[in-house]
This record gives sequence, C-alpha cells and structure tokens, in this order.
Amino acid sequence: MKIIVCIKQVPDIAREVEGTIDLLNIASIINPLDMYAIEEALRIRQKFGGEIIVISMGPIQAKNGIREAISMGADKGILISDTNFNDADTLATARTIAAAIKRIGKFDLILCGKQAIDGETAQVPPQIAELLDIPVVTFVRRIEEINNKYAKVERIIEVGIEEVKVFLPTLLTVVKEINEPRLPTLKGILRAKQTEIPVWGLALLNLSADEVGIKGSATQVIRTATVKQKREGNIFHSATDESIELITSICNNSS
Amino acid sequence: MVWIFGEFSRDKGARPLRLNPFHPVVSELLTKGRELADKLGEELGIVILGYGIDLTDFCLMVSDFGIDKIYLVDDIRLSDFNVEPYTSVITKIVLKYKPNIFIAGATSLSRTLFPRIAARLRTGLTTDCTALGVENGLLVQTRPAFGGNITATIICPYMKPQMATVRYKALKSPKSKIQSPKSKIQIIRESFTKIELNSRTQVIKFIEDVTQKINLDTADIIVAGGMGLHSRENFKILEELALIVGGAVASSRPPVDNGWISYSHQVGQTGKTVRPRVYIACGISGAMQHLAGMSSSEQIIVINNNPNAPIFKIADIGICGDLFEIVPKLIERWKWK
Repeated sequence: MKIIVCIKQVPDIAREVEGTIDLLNIASIINPLDMYAIEEALRIRQKFGGEIIVISMGPIQAKNGIREAISMGADKGILISDTNFNDADTLATARTIAAAIKRIGKFDLILCGKQAIDGETAQVPPQIAELLDIPVVTFVRRIEEINNKYAKVERIIEVGIEEVKVFLPTLLTVVKEINEPRLPTLKGILRAKQTEIPVWGLALLNLSADEVGIKGSATQVIRTATVKQKREGNIFHSATDESIELITSICNNSS
Repeated sequence: MVWIFGEFSRDKGARPLRLNPFHPVVSELLTKGRELADKLGEELGIVILGYGIDLTDFCLMVSDFGIDKIYLVDDIRLSDFNVEPYTSVITKIVLKYKPNIFIAGATSLSRTLFPRIAARLRTGLTTDCTALGVENGLLVQTRPAFGGNITATIICPYMKPQMATVRYKALKSPKSKIQSPKSKIQIIRESFTKIELNSRTQVIKFIEDVTQKINLDTADIIVAGGMGLHSRENFKILEELALIVGGAVASSRPPVDNGWISYSHQVGQTGKTVRPRVYIACGISGAMQHLAGMSSSEQIIVINNNPNAPIFKIADIGICGDLFEIVPKLIERWKWK
C-alpha cells in the first residue's frame, strides 16, 4: 500500500505562555495533529507493507519535520518549496499539494491531521481530495478495516460516531483519539540524517505561477489583530458566600 | 444574493423536532444574512438538502427571518449528509443561480463540505468566522487563528461566491429581529439524476454519543475538569454540577490521556474549540494548549487550589481553593435555589 502523509511545520505556540507570539523567532514543530497521521500510516504499513511518503509545503526549514517523520519510520519525504508559493491561501495551498501528489503518481491513501494548530482552518485536506477527485472522510478516530479496495472507518462528529465505508484511493483526516504516536528510534534518527529530501518547486509541478502563492489565492488577509487574552479577574481566596452567589447568578443569567 | 446553508440538526435532544429542524446556528446565520443582504440591496435565500421535507413547517419557521427564496433539493439519496453528492448538488445550483455570498455554520458537516465546494468552484472560503460585515461591497470576514491569539480579517475580492463558515454563538447579533413575513417566499426546486448523486463513501451506521446529554458545541454552560480531579470517579461531581446547571462536561487533555473521560470531551488544541456563555474550569492549570480551545468563552470561572495556575490570568471570576469543597457548595447552593 502506498501512503502519502501530509504534514505542516507550525510555530510551537504552546511554548509561548506570556503575551503575544513572535512568529519569526518561535521554534517550529510538526503540527501535533499530523503526528497521528504519521503514526497511523506506520501502523497500516506494519500490516500490509508498502511505502510511506511524507510531504510538506513550506520553507526549507520544513525539512526538519520531514526528517522527524522519517526518524519515526516513514520511508521518504518531499519538500514542496518555492518562493512563488509564498502567502498561499488554502485554495492555492491545496492546488500546489495536489499537483505534487499528481507528480508522485499512483497512491492508495492520503493521511492528514484534522487541522493545523496555527491556521486552524481544517480546509486544505478536503480541498486536496477535491482537486484529486478522490473521496474524503474527516475526523477519523479509528480505521476498523482497510484493504486494497476500501476502508471502514469511524469518524467523530458533534453528536456521536459515524461508521463510514470509503473506496480507495481516499484521503482521511485523523483526530488524536486514533492512536498514540511513537517516538523516533536512534536508528531512525541516523537514517533520517542520511536521507536526501528532494525539493519540488514550481518548475516541477504542472502549474503556472498564477495558480500558486498569493497570485493563485482567492482570499486576501486585509488586516490582523492581536487578541488580549488576559481578563480582569475577580479572584477570591476562599469559597466565600459572595463568590458562590456570584457564580450562581452568572450561570443562572441565561442569554 | 446572499445564501445560507440550512443544515439540519442531528442533536435530537436539543430541539422540538417539528418546529425547528435546523441546527441552532442557522437562525443566527439567517439574521446575519438578512442584515448583509439589506446592506448590499440583495435577496436572502436558504439552501435545503434532504428527503421528505415538509415545506409548510419551513416557511413558517423561516418567514420570521425575511427570506426571499428557498432552494430545495428533496431526494432520498440526500437524506443523510454525504459529502460527494452534497458537493455536486450545491455546486450545480450555485453555478445556476450565482449567489454573491454563501454562508454555513462551522459544524463538522460544513467543515467538510464547504472546503470541497469552494475548491470545485475555485473560490475563496473563510472557515470559523466570528464576525461578518460589508466593506466596499465585499464580504469582510474575521476569524481567529493561533489558538485565539490573533484575528485575521479576510476578503475574497475576485471570485464568487464569497464563502464563509461561522461558529455557533459567535455572531453577537441582537436577538433575531422578527421580520415582517414576505408576502411570497419563492420556492425553487431542483432535481438531480442518480449519477449526479453518486458517492464513493457510504455511512453504514450512526452511534449517538450517550455520554453527553448536551453537546459541547452548543452548550450554554460547560463544566470542565483537569488533573486536579485526580481520578475518573471524581468526574462524577462535575457531571452532577453540569446536570444541575444544565451544562456539558469537558476536560483538558491529561484526563483524556489517562482514560478518565472520552476524547469527545476534550477541549483544546488537539480537541475541540468551544465558546460557551460560561466555562467553569475546575482543577485545570491552564496550559496554552487548553486555552487555545476555550479562551474566547464569554465568562470564564476558575476553581483551582494553586494561586499561581496560569488559568487565573484569563479568569473573570476565580476561587482559589479546593474544588472538592467548592463544587459541592455550588451544587448545594443550586439545589436550594
């Protein structure tokens, strides 16, 4: 089985406890939700054999994430990187990644994390599926059965669990519940260091400069603002009657 | 034209079935949709896909919002949500009637469907918006990112429709103003061939989550627990408090990882993002990953015995003390009320 895992390098916002986030100087990590996609690919390969290709779109530093995935056990990686791709919105991003997947050729399964912790749009995976004309199942918490023809999976939605049968090739987005990602092995780390990671730019994809990056984007960000998280808390140092009354009245005061 | 996607609710407990079969976000979207349509001098339409739809109920329900048109596709193959036929149907009616704006709720359904539709139409989509407006004739969409630390305001200037999904309870619109019912709501029915409704996915069964009486996504009050609860058994007191205040139970990540409560209750970066009216955090220290999922709640109440717990920084009201004393006090007070 040939499995493609899409990962994204994201700023490690969890490290930034105080105040605003300095996006330029913050450490990058693999999007935490993508770790579950990598792990699930490794588990499927354990059963069926095959190949896992990890792809990521981003700056050259995104090679680090691909190397980490290889150190966990992925077979190889491709970085999709070109200054023409800068400032792509979700549509241009999905178009670029879909073009790279077309270049990879035949595959059985694409796995992605549910969403990235920075943009939080959850938009790119279904759009990749659409542009490749394959089915998509989002928020998968368990793969019950998978073979060369179809998969039976459970997806988590607001009110419960849906069991879905989907024909391959398909794209699945996974949630944290699906597994527990393994740590890299020493052998894996050494292998990752030695693995060449090819960089695919615009010239290698069957796309024009107008279809990618900011030019290929349908949306534009016109302004951003920082949200002040701190609140003027009314803090009590014990459970006084007044504090209990206050909480009760807030809960009671339905909108 | 401004279009709203009329998603049906699957939350059986939360609605009088006959009167309002829609997800609660739909009425918020219709109110906002009317406002946007008026600003642009356009009509307001709702798109409904399903099977065996009784239009008399719908007209009654939606007439309060000043809807001009209902676009209806009634087909047995659309009775349950399925992303491929839903995408085919909606893109075809969009291409036929060319709405200017198309908005849905940011539910798990629309978060799957709308990206796919936008990609097929090669148009822009802004998901999870918390505010919508009109500037220079364009839809201006504001959404949070980076765990609620940043908001971005986005436009889609050249492609149509301008598409957005909006979080439930995010639009701080005034109580839905009752519009004078339109003398005539135009109903436009569209039908599709079997081939157009083909799908490569099939829902085999649906298992309702019985551990939640009220969904986290729609709850007015959420009572959440963290490591301060110490055990699976202790979540019972939170369940008791939630039951008595009419809320839902949530958790930070560690109790889920310890198997004390199921993943569907997890709030935060790798779980759900919620914004209830009241969020009561009990024994949660307030790691950034948790705050990312709840910091935009309207009122945040913190109960924690560690005065240095970072979660106090985002508290509206905090009690520094033992949750096993304070939560029972709240329950008692509520019973006595």
